[in-house]
Amino acid sequence: MRKSIAEKIAEGQVLISDGAWGTFLQNMGLQPGECPESWNLKHPEKILSIAQSYIDAGSDMVETNSFGGNAFKLVHYGLDKQVHEINKAAAEISRRAAGSEKHVLGSIGPTGKMLVMGDVTYKELCGAFKAQAIALAEGGADALVIETMSDIEEARAAVTAAADNTSCEIICTMTFEKSPEGEFFTMMGVTPSDMVATMVDAGASIIGANCGNGMENMIGIAKEIRAANPDIPLLIHANAGAPVFKDGETRFLETPEQMAALISNLLDAGANIIGGCCGTTPEHIREIFNTIHK
Amino acid sequence: MNQEEIINKIATCVEFGKVNKAAPYPPAMKGEDGADEYTKHALEMGVKPIDILNDALISAMDRVGEKFSQKKIFVPQMLISAKAMGAAMEHLKPFFSSGEVKRKGKFIIGTVAGDLHDIGKNLVAMIVEGAGWEVIDLGVDVKSAKFIQAINDNPGAIVGLSALLTTTMESMKNIVADIKRDCPGVKLVIGGAPVSEDFKNEIGADAYSPDPQKAVVLLNSMVA
Ligand code: B12
Ligand SMILES: [Zn+2]
Repeated sequence: MRKSIAEKIAEGQVLISDGAWGTFLQNMGLQPGECPESWNLKHPEKILSIAQSYIDAGSDMVETNSFGGNAFKLVHYGLDKQVHEINKAAAEISRRAAGSEKHVLGSIGPTGKMLVMGDVTYKELCGAFKAQAIALAEGGADALVIETMSDIEEARAAVTAAADNTSCEIICTMTFEKSPEGEFFTMMGVTPSDMVATMVDAGASIIGANCGNGMENMIGIAKEIRAANPDIPLLIHANAGAPVFKDGETRFLETPEQMAALISNLLDAGANIIGGCCGTTPEHIREIFNTIHK
Repeated sequence: MNQEEIINKIATCVEFGKVNKAAPYPPAMKGEDGADEYTKHALEMGVKPIDILNDALISAMDRVGEKFSQKKIFVPQMLISAKAMGAAMEHLKPFFSSGEVKRKGKFIIGTVAGDLHDIGKNLVAMIVEGAGWEVIDLGVDVKSAKFIQAINDNPGAIVGLSALLTTTMESMKNIVADIKRDCPGVKLVIGGAPVSEDFKNEIGADAYSPDPQKAVVLLNSMVA
C-alpha cells in the first residue's frame, strides 16, 4: 500500500509537488472567460499531458484541474449542476498520470464569496466544498489541497467539509502578502501563525502557503509557520517571482535556476514539500528535483 | 453638537465601519449611533450635504485607503467602511437629484468582463455621485455589449471602466476597442490598481485616474 504523505515526511523524506496549472492552461490556449475546469470534459488529453509533464519532471504528487470546481464558481459558466462530473474527471485524469504510487492532490480553491459581507452562509460554503471533495476522492485523489485561501472561516469550512466527508489527507495553504513592515497577512488579515492552529484543529494534517510570492518571501512565511508549530508537515508552492505585465500578457520571470538556488534556505526554514504556483513549469520542477536529489 | 463635532462623528463612523445603530460592528461602538443616524441628524441641523461629503465621507475614506495600503486594516474593514459610507450617501442622494446640487452629467461605470472586484469601483461610483453626477452602475464582469447598450440608452454619458487583475487588463483593452468602434466620440476613463497612464495611452482610452477624487476633477473638466 502507498504510504501517506505525512508518513513519508515523518520518515524524513523531502517531497516534490507540481507546478502551475492556471498559467499552463493559458499557454495551451485557454481563453480569458473560458472555464478552466470545463477542459476536464472537453480536452481530457490536454489535462493529462499537463499532469504527466509534472510526473515526468520528478513530482511525487500532482494536483488536479479543479481549483475553481465549486458550485459558486461553476455557476458563472452554467456548469454548477456538473460539480460531481467535472471534479471526478479531474481526479481520474491526474490519477492516470500519477499511477498507483504517486499522490493525487485534489485542488479546492476559494468560492469568491465573502462571509463577512453576508454573500453566503458558512453552511452553504460547507455544502459546496463537501460536494467537490467527495467527487475528487471518488475520482481517485488520496489527498485534498485547499489552497489560495485568504479568509480563515472559508478555509475552515473547506477543511472541515473535506475531513468529515472523505478519508483523504487534508492539506491547507493560504496566500500571504508582505506588509510594508515586513509582516505577512492574507488579504483578509490572517497571519501564518493564526492559520496553523485553526487549520490543524479543523482537521488539516499538512499546512502551508501558495501563490502571491516568490521563493524569497516564502522562506519568511515558512519560518513563521514552523515557529508556530514545530512538527506539522509544511508545503510551499511559490510563484516564479512577481508577475510582470507586458504586451497584454502576465509573465512570471524567475528561472528554474533562480528558484532552485533558494531551496536549501526554504528547507532550513522548515519546508517538507516543495512545488510551484503561478508561472512555474515542468522545467522549474525538474530543477527543484535535481537540487533536492543531488 | 455643533457642525464640526457631528462631521467628526460621521467621519469616525465611516473610518471604523459603524454603519448604523443596530450594527454590531465594531464592538467598541455597540449601541451607539452610526453613519446612518448621524448623517440624518447633521442634515436636520442644517449642515450642507457637500460639507458632509467632503469633510466627513471622503476624508474618512482617504484615511481608510491609507491604512489599507499599509496593511493596518484588511479587506473586511475596508468593506465595512464602504458600507458605512453607502449608508451616509443614501441621505445625501436626494439633495443631489433634487437639483440643490446641480447634476453635472451622466457617468456609466462597471468592472470589466472576467473581473469581480468591485470595492474600488463602488467607491468611485459613490464619490462621483456625491460630486453631483448621475451614476449608472453596471456592476461587475461587464461585457462590451452591456457597456454599449448603456451608452445607447444614455447619450452623452462618460464611461468608467475598472480592472483589478492583470488578466482582465486585456479584457479592458478589448472593451475599449469595441466601444471606440461602435460608439465613436464617447469618452472613456479607466482605473484600478494595475492600470496606469501608460496603459491608458496603449489602449486608447481618454483618461486615467488613480483615485476617485482625481476622477471627479477629470470628469468635471470633460463637461466644462
Ligand atoms: C478584495 C480583493 C478580492 C476580493 C474582491 C471582493 C470585491 N467584492 O471586490 C475577492 C476575494 C473576491 C478577490 C478575488 C480574487 N482576487 Co483579489 N484582491 C482583493 C484585494 C485584497 C483588494 C482589492 C481592493 O478592493 N482594493 C481596495 C480598492 C479601494 O482599491 P482599488 O480597487 O484599487 O480602487 C481604487 C483605485 O484603483 C481607483 N479605481 C478603481 N477602479 C476605478 C475605475 C475608474 C474609472 C477610476 C477612475 C478609478 C478606479 O479608485 C479606487 C479608490 O481609490 C487585492 C490586493 C490588494 N491588497 O490590493 C487583491 C488582488 C487584486 N486580487 C488578486 C487575485 C489574483 C484574485 C483572484 C484571481 C484570486 C483567486 N486565485 O481566486 C480572485 C479573482 C476573482 C475575479 N475573477 O475577479 C490579485 C491580482 C494579481 C494580479 N496582478 O492580477 C491581488 C492584487 C492580490 C495579490 N497580491 O495577488 N479579491
Ligand atoms: Zn498562483
